Amino acid sequence: MVEFTLPKNSRVVKGKHFAAPEGAGNVKTFKVYRWDPDKGDNPRLDSFDLDLDDCGAMVLDALIKVKDETDPTLTFRRSCREGVCGSCAMNIDGINTLACIQRIDEIKGEVKVYPLPHMEVVKDLVPDLNGAYAQYASIEPWLQTETSAPDGHERLQSPEERERLDGMWECILCFCCSTACPSYWWNGDRFLGPAILLQAYRWIADSRDESTNKRLAALEDPFRLYRCHTILNCTNTCPKGLNPAKAIAEIKKLISTRR
Amino acid sequence: MSPGAPTGGAGGSGSAKEGAGHWWAQRLTAIALVPLTIWFVPSMAMLAGKSHGAVVAWLGAPLNAILMALLLAVTFYHVWLGLESIIEDYVHTERRHVATLIAMKIAVAVLALAALFAVARIAFGG
Repeated sequence: MVEFTLPKNSRVVKGKHFAAPEGAGNVKTFKVYRWDPDKGDNPRLDSFDLDLDDCGAMVLDALIKVKDETDPTLTFRRSCREGVCGSCAMNIDGINTLACIQRIDEIKGEVKVYPLPHMEVVKDLVPDLNGAYAQYASIEPWLQTETSAPDGHERLQSPEERERLDGMWECILCFCCSTACPSYWWNGDRFLGPAILLQAYRWIADSRDESTNKRLAALEDPFRLYRCHTILNCTNTCPKGLNPAKAIAEIKKLISTRR
Repeated sequence: MSPGAPTGGAGGSGSAKEGAGHWWAQRLTAIALVPLTIWFVPSMAMLAGKSHGAVVAWLGAPLNAILMALLLAVTFYHVWLGLESIIEDYVHTERRHVATLIAMKIAVAVLALAALFAVARIAFGG
């Protein structure tokens, strides 16, 4: 349901302030969303003053520095630190992106760090992605065939057929796009969202897949697919520069032409 | 929305197998409204300040009456589809959702019929 105000227990209050060490020259303030499920408290916004001369270039470097040196309870997901795993997706300076490839010096003033919008929060910057993963499973993201594989070699694709998957195989399922989409905020339980629809199209567009019609039929639904109103927040925010909105448009076109 | 665990609801009760017709009709009516509006706006500008009799005579001409009826029919169909989309987006409680949809459809149908009736009455000299 549409919610224009946060419920009482979700309102963000002012948090603790951690000053920069003595003699720090190049100070930048990071305001970070904190929420601990084990306490009954409201979420709060802690501010950490960091010395950038003693910190890596990316927002993730700053978060790791805080966890190592200031507050070990700060909780966030991270793994590859080079934009290929999708773990550290969060809302930085109002935009969903990956903390590991977001440069600090590209952000003017204070750096505000929140979890991905409109998802349940597990703790601090960690959103609950179980629903999104269940939706991913629902589109059966694997190659499906009726015919048996050719003898002695794999199913082949021409370079052109392979090229059709460009712009889709690069998706790392960080859910920056889905959690930037108002339709997904209001109807995330039924609308599949841009990340999952891009993946659905990845299998529809695959020349080797023999379930195309079954896949299209499974998507034709006022909520699963047609909650997309081409708002384009998905394409704007994608940290990998992909275009989920175009994939969704292709699905709508294919469904219209097969009628 | 669906029974069972929240994550089990990802698949819902399967695809409703509809939505494409709605989506296509929304686009078609939008495109149809372009030429109709291009005809409608200058016509209204031309009629500004004219007497009641002159406006009735203009609307009574067959071509104008037909185009006006088309414009009204397409507009109200587009409004119907658009409001349906907005209600699906924003009104979720099952009972409120159904009640809003019914109220909207009655209101749009009454307005559309009243408008078309007015054109017909003028065209057929009622």
